[in-house]
Amino acid sequence: MSNTGSDSTADSKQAPKASGKFKWQQGDPLPLEINMKWCKACNICIALCPKQVFEPDRDGKPVQARPEDCTLCTICWVHCPDLAITSSYK
Amino acid sequence: MATAVKEKQKSNVVLDYLRPGKAMPTVWCAGCGHGIVMNGIIRAIDKTGLSKDEIVMASGIGCSSRMPIYLDFNALHTTHGRSLAFATGVKFARPELKVMVVTGDGDALAIGGNHFIHACRRNIDITCILLNNYIYGMTGGQGSPTTPSQAFSTTTPYDNAEKHFEPTKLAIAAGASYVARTTVYHAPQMEKLILNGLLHRGFSLIEVISNCHTYFGRLNRQGDAVKMINDFKERSVPIARAKSMSAEELEGKIVTGLLHKKETTEFCDVYQSVVDRVQKGM
Repeated sequence: MSNTGSDSTADSKQAPKASGKFKWQQGDPLPLEINMKWCKACNICIALCPKQVFEPDRDGKPVQARPEDCTLCTICWVHCPDLAITSSYK
Repeated sequence: MATAVKEKQKSNVVLDYLRPGKAMPTVWCAGCGHGIVMNGIIRAIDKTGLSKDEIVMASGIGCSSRMPIYLDFNALHTTHGRSLAFATGVKFARPELKVMVVTGDGDALAIGGNHFIHACRRNIDITCILLNNYIYGMTGGQGSPTTPSQAFSTTTPYDNAEKHFEPTKLAIAAGASYVARTTVYHAPQMEKLILNGLLHRGFSLIEVISNCHTYFGRLNRQGDAVKMINDFKERSVPIARAKSMSAEELEGKIVTGLLHKKETTEFCDVYQSVVDRVQKGM
């Protein structure tokens, strides 16, 4: 994502074009890796994800319910206060 | 000192800068904005290309000042409010190091208010990141110098009668040469401003509005972390748009972006020139 970011929602809407070709296929590893030991279930990633990739599980921690929608827009891992989200793709 | 700016960055770069053997997760509450700032600081430092040994991170006391404990730089965890004074000493003795200060609103403006204005006045090359959550979070939600008028805290249970400080205006008036403000919602912008602050030679203040939903949010009925962060999005106005708005329209808004930048002489350079001149004379 570009660093111009005065308005990060605008960036996230353009993310499919900007970051290009990423499309998750069935059988690939999930787009994001979430460290459940560090996650405190603050729900920021669930709320800020522009594609609603996450769903809370029983503890309120994020689960990637719709990985095919993920565009690797960087919003979730840039906003994770516990550094729990990374991606093996980017 | 490297000044190359990296363009591409891996998502897991943050893990390279954590202090080995330190117990994660962090001490902060779930959803605390201080973690987002830590995330942004690491990404900004990684882009400068500086090694871990070239960076000194000083902090005082408070929630925000727990940050150097988790980060694998030269750390200086000092007395309450005096982080800028210690950092000035470090920078003065070792001008080749990049000195950063992470401080909270109470730490910088109440207990260390004197050190803050004098660090601004000297324009010494320190990058100060001021995490403003409007309250003393660690000690139980007492009112701080930035608690807005009519906001509630545990020491102002019938609302705050005092006026509040604006750290950016204070810094500009005191002589800081790079002053910016952003919020934790604008994490990419925060990263960019911190990066530019690190590259700037002179005193740079980056005020980051952070959320304390545990005390400030609960006492002022602002909801949880997500609600407060989305509220920052609603209330923030970019500096370019704020210039054409009246004072009434800007009431209660957060003006974000680079507020002030001035090229002027830096304290260590001036002092070195004085030393050179005196030594030649003798």
